[in-house]
Amino acid sequence: MIEFKDVSLVYPNGTQGLKNINLQINPGEFVVVVGLSGAGKSTLIRSINRLVKPTGGDLLIDNENILNYGSRELRKLRTKVGMIFQNYNLVKRSSVMKNVISGRLGHTGTLRSMFNLYPKEDLALAYRSLERVNIADKLYQRSDQLSGGQQQRVAIARVLTQQPNIILADEPVASLDPPTSHQVMTYLRKVNKEDNITTIVNLHFIDMAMEYADRIIGMRAGEVVYDGPVSDVNEATFEEIYGRKIRDEDRVGGSEDE
Amino acid sequence: MSKTNQPTLQGISSNKTKLRISAIFIIIVGFYLFTSIKTESSLLDLWNGKNGFINIAQSLFPPHWSYASTVMPQLIETLHMAIIATTVAALISIPISLLSAANLFPNPFIHQPVRFIMNVLRTIPDILLALIFVGIFGVGVFPGIMALIIFSLGLLAKLLYETIESIDMNPIEAIRASGGNTLQVITYAVMPQVLPQFVSFGLYVFEVNVRASLVLGFVGAGGIGLLLNQQVSWANYPNVMTIIIIIFISVVIIDYISNKIRERLI
Repeated sequence: MIEFKDVSLVYPNGTQGLKNINLQINPGEFVVVVGLSGAGKSTLIRSINRLVKPTGGDLLIDNENILNYGSRELRKLRTKVGMIFQNYNLVKRSSVMKNVISGRLGHTGTLRSMFNLYPKEDLALAYRSLERVNIADKLYQRSDQLSGGQQQRVAIARVLTQQPNIILADEPVASLDPPTSHQVMTYLRKVNKEDNITTIVNLHFIDMAMEYADRIIGMRAGEVVYDGPVSDVNEATFEEIYGRKIRDEDRVGGSEDE
Repeated sequence: MSKTNQPTLQGISSNKTKLRISAIFIIIVGFYLFTSIKTESSLLDLWNGKNGFINIAQSLFPPHWSYASTVMPQLIETLHMAIIATTVAALISIPISLLSAANLFPNPFIHQPVRFIMNVLRTIPDILLALIFVGIFGVGVFPGIMALIIFSLGLLAKLLYETIESIDMNPIEAIRASGGNTLQVITYAVMPQVLPQFVSFGLYVFEVNVRASLVLGFVGAGGIGLLLNQQVSWANYPNVMTIIIIIFISVVIIDYISNKIRERLI
């Protein structure tokens, strides 16, 4: 369970990233965080694995305040929290397999990992993860030879290899075309249901949020302005969250998504 | 289609610009004249020295081909020096360049001192390093290797840390986010990105080292330069020409091969 208790974050340049956030996210939930760019979605997600550090409040994961963690505890936490990025963040010159096995780094000794000495189970796990996102045939290809959607699937496989309890996805489809976006979201959803992994996804497309989420959290100017099950959400809710009328570009079928 | 309204133009640049360019030109020419008078050297010296040219050129030819068999072992020794020095410097430069990279070690108390030491090393001319090491270890190949290591270390570390600072930081964030420690971030996200450039720089520094080791021989630091210095001081010009030709050919070959490899890498 993830609990935000009055969490605030002020960046060194004075920007308020998060303002008194109170949230409770239950195990296995598929939460979509929506809001315009700059609303604090990324900051919220990145607080959970401490890629950014909140400056106030308590952030509890399984009843432990992660804001007090030192670097060792932090690495341990991060092995349990997988992350997917807008730009896939693969090492482009490395093979697909090398990228996927890097999900095991947190579980592997430094020396072993430097010499690629992974246990057989880990290699098998990496392969199965690739199979689950239907990309096992690209195993030994260099990552930069893959299309955007394929790279994002490799990134999902990397996260699966980590065997996390939580998956954070920061705008995972913002660089993809509509059909590929749906494919990636479907895989995220499938993984969430099959492995019961708590999944938190940042999106700015309203139709996509409606289609895949169990629950929607709306953010504006660093504050949570909406929180409720997807069944209660309609277009008016989004207009309230965005603070303006819904436009074509807010849907994945829109002409331009960036 | 009338040509009555044609504006009067002063050419491509304005008169003011022309005036300024002329002034700058006169100042620069004046500067050259001043330095030429002060140092008492001019193009005329080139003409006056023509007999020397001809004398040297005549005594250089024909090269003494049978001397090549004496030169070859020395050439190989020079190559050995360059290979050992480049390899050792490359290995040492990896941790140093990582520590100098501000994107990996943002704390200025780490990267600034390391960079400073490397800057100091780079400002020492290679010939001075060779003199110092010949003083320490005596005449021979070893001081030459030491001088080349120090000299190429400064060069490699700078080239490499600048490459590291220009890499894509996104994969690094991903490895950190999956619980990797600093060494794992380096082996999984940094090294794959810089390896091709690193090998390319290594080859380039090898080329530089082959040429540098020629000069180092002049101060007693081994290799083919030692032989060259000896023959020049004995005024044995046909032998000198043989050495020069062999050096020329081998440098061209090495440059060619390493260029080809580097083209493939990047």
